Amino acid sequence: MRIVHSWLNDLVPVGDDVEAVAEVITNLGLAVESIDHVGGSVAGVITAKVLRTERHAGAAKVHRVYVDAGDGVERHVWCGAFNMRAGDILPLATPGTVMPDGRAIEPKPILGISSDGMLCSARELGLGDDHSGILILPADAELGVPYGEAMGLGEEIVYDLDVMRNRPDCYGHLGIARDVAAKLGLALNLAPAPIDPVEPARSATVRIVDGDRCARFTSTVMSGIVVGPSPDWMRRRLRAAGMRPINNVVDVSNYVMLETNQPNHPYDFDTLGGGGFVVRRAHAGEVLITLDDVARTLTQDDLLICDAADSPIGLGGIMGGQNTEISDATTTLALECAWFEPAAIMATAARHGLRSEASARFERGVDPFGIDSAVARFVELLRITCPELIVHDGRVDSRSSQLPVAASPVVRPGRVSALLGATFDAASITALIEPIGFATRAHGSDLLVTVPSWRPDCTLEIDIVEEVGRHYGYERLGKTVPKSTVPGGLSGMQQRRRQLREVLLGLGISEAMPHPFLAVDDLAKAALATDAVRLSNPLAVGDDVLRTSLRPGLLKALAFNESHRRTGVALFEIGHVYPPSDDVLPAEFESLAVVLADRAAPQAVAVWRELASAMGWGARLDQGNVPAGMHPARSATLSLGRDAIGAVGEIHPDVTDAFEVGERVAVLELNLTVLLATEPRVSQWKPTSRFPSSDLDLALVVPHAVTAEKIDKAIRQAAGALLVDLQLFDVYRGVGEGVRSLAYRLRLQAADRTLTDEDVANVRAKVEAATIKMGVTLRS
Amino acid sequence: MIVDIQGVRDSALARLAAATTSDEVRAIELAVLGKRGALTDLKTALGKLATIDEKKAAGSALNEATVAVGDALAARLGELRHAERELQLEVERIDLTEILQRPTRGHAHVVTQAWQRLEDVFVGLGFQVAEGPEVETDWHNFEALNMPPNHPARSMHDTFYVEHGAPGSTVLRTHTSPVQIRVMLNTPPPIYMVMPGRVFRNETTDATHLAVFHQIEGLVIDRGITLADLAGTVESFTKSFFGSEFSSRLRPSYFPFTEPSAEFDIRTPAGNWLELGGCGMVHPNVLTAVGLDPEEWSGFAFGFGIDRMAKERHGIGDVREMFTNDIRFLEQF
Repeated sequence: MRIVHSWLNDLVPVGDDVEAVAEVITNLGLAVESIDHVGGSVAGVITAKVLRTERHAGAAKVHRVYVDAGDGVERHVWCGAFNMRAGDILPLATPGTVMPDGRAIEPKPILGISSDGMLCSARELGLGDDHSGILILPADAELGVPYGEAMGLGEEIVYDLDVMRNRPDCYGHLGIARDVAAKLGLALNLAPAPIDPVEPARSATVRIVDGDRCARFTSTVMSGIVVGPSPDWMRRRLRAAGMRPINNVVDVSNYVMLETNQPNHPYDFDTLGGGGFVVRRAHAGEVLITLDDVARTLTQDDLLICDAADSPIGLGGIMGGQNTEISDATTTLALECAWFEPAAIMATAARHGLRSEASARFERGVDPFGIDSAVARFVELLRITCPELIVHDGRVDSRSSQLPVAASPVVRPGRVSALLGATFDAASITALIEPIGFATRAHGSDLLVTVPSWRPDCTLEIDIVEEVGRHYGYERLGKTVPKSTVPGGLSGMQQRRRQLREVLLGLGISEAMPHPFLAVDDLAKAALATDAVRLSNPLAVGDDVLRTSLRPGLLKALAFNESHRRTGVALFEIGHVYPPSDDVLPAEFESLAVVLADRAAPQAVAVWRELASAMGWGARLDQGNVPAGMHPARSATLSLGRDAIGAVGEIHPDVTDAFEVGERVAVLELNLTVLLATEPRVSQWKPTSRFPSSDLDLALVVPHAVTAEKIDKAIRQAAGALLVDLQLFDVYRGVGEGVRSLAYRLRLQAADRTLTDEDVANVRAKVEAATIKMGVTLRS
Repeated sequence: MIVDIQGVRDSALARLAAATTSDEVRAIELAVLGKRGALTDLKTALGKLATIDEKKAAGSALNEATVAVGDALAARLGELRHAERELQLEVERIDLTEILQRPTRGHAHVVTQAWQRLEDVFVGLGFQVAEGPEVETDWHNFEALNMPPNHPARSMHDTFYVEHGAPGSTVLRTHTSPVQIRVMLNTPPPIYMVMPGRVFRNETTDATHLAVFHQIEGLVIDRGITLADLAGTVESFTKSFFGSEFSSRLRPSYFPFTEPSAEFDIRTPAGNWLELGGCGMVHPNVLTAVGLDPEEWSGFAFGFGIDRMAKERHGIGDVREMFTNDIRFLEQF
């Protein structure tokens, strides 16, 4: 909302310290985002008088204009407009001027003759649409001064406010002024002269058909209107507030809205069919051409303003139609001033993508009882340019039972004090909220507060608590710290997640954060199920489903890095995935994925082992169950009981191809919601032996069908309690068809004695016997 | 014989003095004191001497010579070993700035770093940390937070809806506030918790705005909690997180789920005010929605962006950079 300083100052004498005023407004909860200086003149553009004009034989489209900018020096300017005569005063943009459109004026020569600047049209100065010729200034204007002085274009200071949804009243200067006046202890100056209707009575009739949508509709007929320009000060303020001046009637209508927050609509009474209004829902398919020249097809949920002959003339509370616009010929007008139901206005505005200054106000909530003073203000302001204006007897004020009633909550001073943390009694509460229009009355030891009609946001005691705090000043409430009676800390799961992350970082893997949105095609490329939760309103076509796996995002990240010549990149992500479900919410869970570019499956298994060891996790590696999208001969499902809790191995080469990743990619994916949920067993102390240990090296020739895991298990079982460490230290494949050699080192040690050669031979024999059963032979 | 002994001794001492390696010293040791060494031979020859006196004199000379040679030998060996070790160490000299391998530590994401720093500060202030789903019901995200359907404040949130359940029933959470609802439904007060997490807004991204970003909120529910308690907690946080030379203020604002509502600003040591986040007293309608009696319990909530903390701390010019997953970016932090 743009609040014009001079306008605010008319309503409450805040003085000239703009920064201080901005701070007061901000501290009231209406954040001033910026303070702008608008209007005035474009710097460098000055008044100059035409001395003579001259054609040049070589130039058909431009001529030479000689001007005097008050210093008696003759300046020469090339000009493409021909609407000036000797003696006219024009705006001259001198070299170096930066025009509102950003163009810099340079002494650009034509036919080798330079130009001492540029003569400007109204449009070039940002003063409207007129570009038909150079702007001719008043003949009595002083020369060599900013053209704005000659035009009465004073500078205005504007506060750009962020008005919160709960303060509809602050969409008018009056609402801000009321808050500021109360805060500064100043009086508010706004008491328009009461309306003085006279005979003969002339009425614009009103029939409200749908009273649930329009709870009040008033019409006032005025004659003696002469349509013409508004005074400079009004045009200036409207422009500063962001509206374009049109003519005195439309300008006053807008001015009243920007001041009182009451949208209103003047109709040419002579063109108003049947001399009155009908307010009704549209028929399905009914068409209205709105003022913005768009034909709108309506539904039964849209509210129409029709003339008494039932022809639509406006979309209620949003925008008028073309038929009854004010024209230069208008002499009598019917002023609509009404109250519309906010939710319906919001729905219609959204349905038609049509938000107007009026709809923005009605949808937030306009004061249903501010109409009379708004009409009075309209009359007062229009009389400035129409001294013959007459308000006719016969004003119509039609209301429905749906008109909102002011709330009157009971407010307990003890409650106010308990929530704000400072002591307030009935008197101090009253003193803070009466100046902003709240009436109070004793109600036992409490207060019955009557909320002013312009504050529809205040209905409960808590709303009054906020008003008290706001006007008392949050900064005066002090700062205390509550004593927490619960111990602070991370949960076990959160601590374990941090530990997991530290281990991953220690393994040299960096953390990525890809976008959680994917295209269905990404899932297909990753050879994952394409069944995913779709976004109803995605930002982009490629971002229209929720990921079901972290893999596609990380593969994209690897491809990105490869394309920037970073190969061998190792990344992990800890993030949520959202598989579809029939439950209330998708089957969202937290996942970890690790991708290691230019590395093979065993490296992923090594990462899994490191994590499992650090975190106390165990899971079965099931290579017979190849996870989707992974290398069929180099991948395994990680299972815990019957549940798959992850996958380890290598990305399928088709998938890396599809993501344009040139490297082999080792991958590990885990369900952290499951794995981090349980506290791992705390490691229990095993005494270390003081006796010497013996090593036994065995090279086993093992068929491919037998996994190392099985051999590992068999050795452990056979070697028994003497085995304290088992290492697979070499794998050699050149030993024959269908087999490979696995070399193990067994470290044997007893807790209570030094081992004998016989002990070692014994273990060797047991291991041999156990592994031979599995089709293993010993290599000598 | 005594002459022989002295001859062996003097010659051994001279050779030791001239020795330049520890191996030479060991050779002398063998030649003089070894099993077939010169002094050992002389010792054997002692018995052949005629008189006791001769034996005594020669024996004492032999002892003196053995001790002298032994001492000289040990001293020379020590000297030479030291010199040889010195030499060996110098030969092993390497330039420690010749590094062939890249460092291999992984890098935590900047957002994670900011996230954990924030958690740590709040844990220090006595808060626990709560989490919740990112895909939420409309009820948790809006309705329970005093934003019934068609509430005008919903337009402040550009919401992503997902096709799940009844149309419009499921959203990507627009703030972490639904976690507050879940906490209040599941945990009896007193509650002192922060909720960090990922949130979603359906708005076009630019250098300072993201459609997917991170937020941390705090919630305190206890008996007798006041707006002054909120101001004090924000102040404690400001000083703990940014430094004791920073301060904070509350400024009235509006959120449907809190009343009174405020923005909180922090004041830098240079005297500038920066808008940090929103806060306020939990609205009685919210307490009622989760089954808490607003007459018994009161509380406050606050929230702000995590990504911005990372952006400001590291001077990152464009927040979108943080999510490109460019290793050249990740490795900087």
